Amino acid sequence: MQETTESVGHIVPAKLYVTIWAILMAMTITTVLVARADIGPFNVVVALVIATIKATLVVLFFMHLRYSPKLTMATVVAAMFFLFLLLGLTMTDYLTRAWLTNPGY
Amino acid sequence: MATAVQTVERENYLNSNYGIKSWLLTTDHKRIAILYLISITAMFWLGGFFAMMIRLELLTPAGDLISSDTYNKLFTMHGIIMVFFFLIPSVPAVLGNFLVPLMVGAKDLAFPRVNLLSWYLYMAGAITALVAMVTGGVDTGWTFYTPFSTTYSNTHVIGAAIGIFIAGFSSILTGLNFIVTIHRMRAPGMTWRRLPLFCWANYAAAIIMVLGTPVIAITLLLVALERAFHIGVFNPQLGGDPLLFQHLFWFYSHPAVYIMILPGMGVISEIVTCFSRKRVFGYEFIALASIAIAVLGFLVWAHHMFVAGISVYAALVFSLLSYLVAIPSAVKVFNWTATMYKGSIRYNTPMLYAFGFIGLFTVGGLTGIFLATLGIDVQVHDTYFVVAHFHYVMVGGMVMAYMAGLHFWWPKITGRMYPEAWAKLSALLVFVGFNTTFFPQFILGYMGLPRRYHAYPPEFQVLNVLSTAGASILAVGYVLPMIYFVWSLRYGKEAGPNPWNAVGLEWMVPSPPPTHNFDETPVVTWEAYDYEHQPQEEVTVGH
Amino acid sequence: MATSDIGDIQVAERALQHHFADMEQQRDTSSFGMWMFLLTEIMFFGGLFCAYLVYRASYYQAFVEGSQKMNIVLGATNTAVLICSSLTMALGVRAAQMGKPKLMVILLLITILFGFGFLGIKAVEYHEHWENHEFPGPNFHFETGNPAHPASDPQHTQIYFSLYWAMTGLHALHMVIGIGLVAWLVIAGLMGAYTPHYYNPVENVGLYWHFVDLVWIYLFPMLYLISKKHGV
Repeated sequence: MQETTESVGHIVPAKLYVTIWAILMAMTITTVLVARADIGPFNVVVALVIATIKATLVVLFFMHLRYSPKLTMATVVAAMFFLFLLLGLTMTDYLTRAWLTNPGY
Repeated sequence: MATAVQTVERENYLNSNYGIKSWLLTTDHKRIAILYLISITAMFWLGGFFAMMIRLELLTPAGDLISSDTYNKLFTMHGIIMVFFFLIPSVPAVLGNFLVPLMVGAKDLAFPRVNLLSWYLYMAGAITALVAMVTGGVDTGWTFYTPFSTTYSNTHVIGAAIGIFIAGFSSILTGLNFIVTIHRMRAPGMTWRRLPLFCWANYAAAIIMVLGTPVIAITLLLVALERAFHIGVFNPQLGGDPLLFQHLFWFYSHPAVYIMILPGMGVISEIVTCFSRKRVFGYEFIALASIAIAVLGFLVWAHHMFVAGISVYAALVFSLLSYLVAIPSAVKVFNWTATMYKGSIRYNTPMLYAFGFIGLFTVGGLTGIFLATLGIDVQVHDTYFVVAHFHYVMVGGMVMAYMAGLHFWWPKITGRMYPEAWAKLSALLVFVGFNTTFFPQFILGYMGLPRRYHAYPPEFQVLNVLSTAGASILAVGYVLPMIYFVWSLRYGKEAGPNPWNAVGLEWMVPSPPPTHNFDETPVVTWEAYDYEHQPQEEVTVGH
Repeated sequence: MATSDIGDIQVAERALQHHFADMEQQRDTSSFGMWMFLLTEIMFFGGLFCAYLVYRASYYQAFVEGSQKMNIVLGATNTAVLICSSLTMALGVRAAQMGKPKLMVILLLITILFGFGFLGIKAVEYHEHWENHEFPGPNFHFETGNPAHPASDPQHTQIYFSLYWAMTGLHALHMVIGIGLVAWLVIAGLMGAYTPHYYNPVENVGLYWHFVDLVWIYLFPMLYLISKKHGV
């Protein structure tokens, strides 16, 4: 971890950036192609998995998260966690509203 | 007199330069704190005026002083001003701004210009909201419930919503600044375990500010869009779900309660340990309880919606989760009490306010458990019981803590002591006035009096008169400090750097502090709140 | 090389603000501040994602019909444009790190071009939706375009379009701000403001730019690719 010039951040090889870019482009094409096929509930699963992989690549490499302090990682995890709380706890209401079919309700 | 002249002439943040520009363009966190102090004090009096009008109307059962429409606008504007423009910025933006850099041993917050921007955003938001209020007012309640706010209300909802939207960014930036400062700007030796509990509490509140506030910002934006363009995101006539608004609104607005109370708890932690001359009991527990409250605060929001038509199963989950918040809150109350146990307690004004806080917050917190209980909530929902509950937390808790902190650090901020006897009287008046105002409202609510009506059946009059009488005492209790604080600026006794003989970096610099806080970066080699190893000097002021 | 190094360090010293101990603290602080800001941005968009999730779960069919009005070719092209802009942005930051201001300026200018390309394509799409009355409000009118399958629930499809306009509109606003920020970097870069010892503004604007790309990476499948069932 010892670096000679302290204020200079990690320099990522240009080749790596281009590789990431190529993967992202390929995945964009894949997600469009997969969407053309009707695979029922898996359409959304595939679309979101691909989007998440793309997002992860962008965050890790383009945004240098891989080379950043742990604190930055913690920030990202916190953001994901609280976004999940917002979505998840709201859905506990919407997904269970139909469960109770009390005639007087 | 000679000493006075000498001290006054020392350069500090107040006299380093003069002129309106040196204040409006300042990036000094201490001056920005003063700007906030002036702004939120103005908002406090405005909100207080509305509250007084409400109480006057409720003196008699008939709606005779003001019309129902005016009454609706009054309680709405009272709520909006007090919540968004006084309580949320109160301790963080005034005391936090002033003290966090001093306490961690930094020369300023991490982003001084962003700090100034946040004050301007606050002012822009406040002025926008005030314009909406002056040109016609808002009558939706501070909660902006849809579809009333988006479809039926004929008042200036968009203006008020945009005002809060703008002020929200002020809050976000303050929170961001605190988090980054506490992570990155601590002096050498200022470890997390030595960090003052006031900083821990503000850190926890800042977490909520940065995570919650954006959600209400986008929600109010949607309300404004729906009102302007008649889109149907929340309007059931157009296929929307008004409950979605409540989910998004309370995702912020419930944790926002902890934005208001957590910094107050930080103030109390500082004061209780200082005036008990003992190391705070269970430092780690108080610190982590702050974080726990901040995180748990995000898990409980739907307890505001139990009777609104959410799924019973979700209600069960939220009810259970709501109880959990009681644990870290109780940890704090327990630890403050344990800190006082066998301490040599000094009854100065900040400590009197702290006593008030601990008692009243406990009442407010425990009645919160009542409200989180599904069965009881159905009975008392939207009654004065709820009004009393949150005023016990907000006024009995937070405003008490704010007053405690203001008295405690007033000598640091201004270099002058306030008059102790008057201050004790005001603390007493606030405590008595507050309880006379709000305790009757618990009973009124339990008897079934619904909130937000300008008239009520005659059998409720006695308690309402009592409440209004208490509000008058409370008003006197708040006017007094206003007068003697201003008086003390000129006539108050010189405070010296450490009038309370307290520990902490902020007490090691002169009062008022120099512009750059520390001549050289301090190195912390001692544990937090090490009162046992401090010489027990007699207090030289305040008798 | 040695003299230019000294010059670089002088630029850096001028950029050191008074309340920081050294450049490293300043750099760490500003970078962490930016990440915190992005966290608030995630929650800002999060409110809209939440609304989307709730309505999509409740009115799936109406959302499918709405999404079939999206031009997938233009949407996918825009995704590609943004990914390309992220590459040039990342390379631009790298150029700044390595002390190649001219290269940085060129790469940032390309990034701006991609940004305008994105907005142009988006404008074409917006125009199409506007012409088809697919803008929520009193003039909203929705037909599936397939006589065999009339619109099943135009009211909730309107909510889909409300969210579509709100989400992509907010994203486009972020793009406009991003283009402004990159333009500011170009000007400052031409004036020689950045060196390997001081380039946090470049890094932070880069983070912002990638974040805006990131939002689109989710918006694209959520709004364009819901399902081809009952397709046109």
